[in-house]
Amino acid sequence: MLAVLLAFALVAVSCGNDDDDVSEPAPAPATEAPAPATEAPAPEPTEAPAPAELVEVSLQLQWVPQSQFAGYFAARDLGFYEDVGLDVTIIDGAVDIVPATVLDSGAADFAISWVPRGLVPREEGLNITNIAQVFQRSGTLQVSFVEAGITGPADLEGKLVGNWGFGNEFELFAGLVSVGLDPQSDVTLVQQDFNMTALINGDIDAAQAMIYNEYAQVLETINPDTGELFQPEDLSVIDWNDVGTAMLQDAIWADADKLETDAEYRDIAVRFVEASLRGWIHCRDNFQQCVDIVVAASPPFGGPAHQAWMMNEINALIWPSPGGVGILDQGLYDQTIDVATSQGILQAAPDAGAFRRDIAEEAIANLEAAGHDVYGNDYARRTVEVKEGGN
Amino acid sequence: MAKIDIGAVADDPLVREHRLKQQAAQEERRDAVVRIVRQTVTFALFLALLAGLYTGYKAFGQAIDDRQHDWAVVGSVLPRTDDLNMPPVSEIFGQFGETPGGQDQIYVKILFDEALFTLREAFAGFMVGLVIGMAIALALAQWRRLEQGLLPYVIASQTIPLIAIAPIIVIWGRKNFDIFPWEWQDWMSVSIIATYLTFFPVAVNGLRGLQSPRPENQELMESYAANWSQTLWRLRLPASLPYLFAALKIAATASIVGAIVGEISSGVSGGLGRRILSEAFNYTTGPDRLFASVLGAAVLGIFVFLVVTGVERLVVGRHSRGAAA
Repeated sequence: MLAVLLAFALVAVSCGNDDDDVSEPAPAPATEAPAPATEAPAPEPTEAPAPAELVEVSLQLQWVPQSQFAGYFAARDLGFYEDVGLDVTIIDGAVDIVPATVLDSGAADFAISWVPRGLVPREEGLNITNIAQVFQRSGTLQVSFVEAGITGPADLEGKLVGNWGFGNEFELFAGLVSVGLDPQSDVTLVQQDFNMTALINGDIDAAQAMIYNEYAQVLETINPDTGELFQPEDLSVIDWNDVGTAMLQDAIWADADKLETDAEYRDIAVRFVEASLRGWIHCRDNFQQCVDIVVAASPPFGGPAHQAWMMNEINALIWPSPGGVGILDQGLYDQTIDVATSQGILQAAPDAGAFRRDIAEEAIANLEAAGHDVYGNDYARRTVEVKEGGN
Repeated sequence: MAKIDIGAVADDPLVREHRLKQQAAQEERRDAVVRIVRQTVTFALFLALLAGLYTGYKAFGQAIDDRQHDWAVVGSVLPRTDDLNMPPVSEIFGQFGETPGGQDQIYVKILFDEALFTLREAFAGFMVGLVIGMAIALALAQWRRLEQGLLPYVIASQTIPLIAIAPIIVIWGRKNFDIFPWEWQDWMSVSIIATYLTFFPVAVNGLRGLQSPRPENQELMESYAANWSQTLWRLRLPASLPYLFAALKIAATASIVGAIVGEISSGVSGGLGRRILSEAFNYTTGPDRLFASVLGAAVLGIFVFLVVTGVERLVVGRHSRGAAA
């Protein structure tokens, strides 16, 4: 009843608002399902089959538009998806949105999710699988001011340690355990906002930070003691990649059963991964253009300088990709599973269906055939100018 | 009382009555202007007082150097007073005129556009909530047994946290709401969340209002052999208006709250809620923008409240005047 009544009100609203184009019925539903037969009462035999017709596909992001997803925005805006016959709608993430759930419900065809955040719901019965491991490294850090003297996980003992919770704390906990500390009793855990205010206020000794986001926020802030921006030398960083408790992050996930039973969906998946990875290759080689694309996808979190920083760091999480971009590294996957099972995040190691490489392998074979460098072995970070407030 | 012109025609009772009416209307208009001016001035003074308290506390905290914790409350129980935790009022308001990096509009224009987006969601949700709420109130007023059975569930519906149902509604919307002749948009799911907050006060207060006529009035209608709909339109609905408008003021601001919360938890790509979320993430580097965007949300809430109050004045005012005549 609620929905039907809302329908009437929405008609009223859209009628009273003539510059409003969003309520116009689209030619086809956004889902991938073929139109039911009842929808086409009058067949039009004279109409020629349109070979150029694009397949509508939706992608659920893990968070809002930012350089973390630059490859997908680039593939959309530069027509890479169109080149493989896809019309891709990118759906923003939000506080309450779990990409794995959205994917499993059928509300999106593909989803971007960190590996543990995909595997945990999968263990609970969601029917999803990792088809392309885009990020080869973890971007999570534990950041403190040098005066605190925290250079490794062992130094966190007895300190006020910020973390975001909601599954962002696994690497930290595993890092503490790896040096014999109990996360529940040997440190004081503090729930941290998704920004660095608590660290700068001195409310916590060490803050969780993504190298591409919150770490940069500190560098974009004026140090009240010097009147200038905080410098990298002011900060001490624990990188979980170095500690050995890093977990794999952004990957492309798909509906597992449908890949087995629906040949068309599998074909779409190959094309989608191919065009997405082409977007990432493009962002490696055309840095500034991708930053501009992200900034144009409104409203980005942080200004252009912040997005440039993020683009640079995201590229460094992807490149070099020793096995080829999108190919899951077995060693890092095993490490991720080790951390997850030892932390009790996963009850048991997932079965072999948790990921598959065949789709990404087909995709990069196509990309290599088209002359793209899918390894990026000579990739080097650039120097990005840090500006106050990321603007 | 102004002097009435004593002329030859003044004794004519019709002319006299006409003049008195004119005079009354004039006074009413003057009263309305005075009232609006007085309210505006009071509001401005109140804002200035708040800004003064904020600035005064900040200056005090800075003077005693609250980082040293010399003063037990300032900077510990109460917020710290540096520019990161309490940006100066001038910077918060100055933010409205500034152009954020990567944008080509000043901030107040950006907020205005976001507010329109939120207002559309809230308005659709409010109207549906009004219809559903009144339908429930009518049904409950008609069948007392239903009131005993259903009202507890209506009340219980408000104990479900919004952030729990928001993602469910959004996923349903994307996947299942294909039955409508238009493509379902995410903002419409946010409207459902606003509806969820607005139907409740309308239902509860509407019920009280519909039940408010005294038994003798009801009996009078019965003695006229008035049928159900005549009693409804001539007695029950007019009697319920004061109750209803009290509910609508709550519902209007609640619809804004619902829309903002819905935007934050559901990933709609626009609106004040999304803007506030984004500024919260950028708080470290731009605390004044978060304060400014929250002020924008407050202004939107006040705006819809004033709109409902204005409609009430038109509807109830005219009605009571008509009843008095």
